[in-house]
Amino acid sequence: MDWQGQKVAEQLMQIMLVVFAIGAFITGYFMGSFQLMLFIYAGGVVLTTLITIPNWPFFNRHPLQWLDPSEIEKHPKPQATGPISKKQPAKKQ
Amino acid sequence: MHSFGYRANALLTFAITILAVMCAFASLSDNFNSPSPTSQVQVLNINWFRNKPDGDDEVSMTMNISADLQSLFTWNTKQVFVFLAAEYKTRKNSLNQVSLWDGIIPAKEHAKFYIHTTNKYRFVDQGSNLRERDFNMTLHWHVMPKTGKMFADKIVMTGYRLPEAYR
Repeated sequence: MDWQGQKVAEQLMQIMLVVFAIGAFITGYFMGSFQLMLFIYAGGVVLTTLITIPNWPFFNRHPLQWLDPSEIEKHPKPQATGPISKKQPAKKQ
Repeated sequence: MHSFGYRANALLTFAITILAVMCAFASLSDNFNSPSPTSQVQVLNINWFRNKPDGDDEVSMTMNISADLQSLFTWNTKQVFVFLAAEYKTRKNSLNQVSLWDGIIPAKEHAKFYIHTTNKYRFVDQGSNLRERDFNMTLHWHVMPKTGKMFADKIVMTGYRLPEAYR
């Protein structure tokens, strides 16, 4: 699972559980059945598990773009000039 | 969220936290219910009334107990415990409570009932204070929810009086 996939999986998990919880509570309250609320919520948890836990291809659409090893030869490591504070490294870019 | 186990753990803990919140709201929703239960108790007969050898008064009576407790039931109610107590005042104690009958109502369908019974538990006073004693019949109930807060209340029925002589 790539970085983008992990973010989507976490958000999807939280949103789905909250939506199912609210839906289950409202349905249970108006149908007057505590058991129905629990069944709807349990179904929601199972569905969320199936969607967000396995490593579906859906979560791997943004693979990391690694640089080619030859790049390091084209851009040699810059030499440090003068004292550099370790706590606040100078930002590049 | 990088591994299967991490995602499973995150989902499980979040799902259970939400379940706890849902249960809390279910308990809070009970506050929107404003019950209007009714009850009536008729004393049909004093079967016997005596002074026991140890000096305490004891009475046995036949009663009709009818009640409609259906409005106590909500979607979050597991059962209702109900008991009938005779309550009276004596010179020594400002409140005496003697439980005469009790029952557990498991569902709303059974909450409207009519019972013809003698007192299930003995009506004994600690002393000989029962002759010509005015007393109240009080129907107490405890609502036991599926989750959350328990409620208790009562109906006081006045105007009962024991006979002046043992029989």
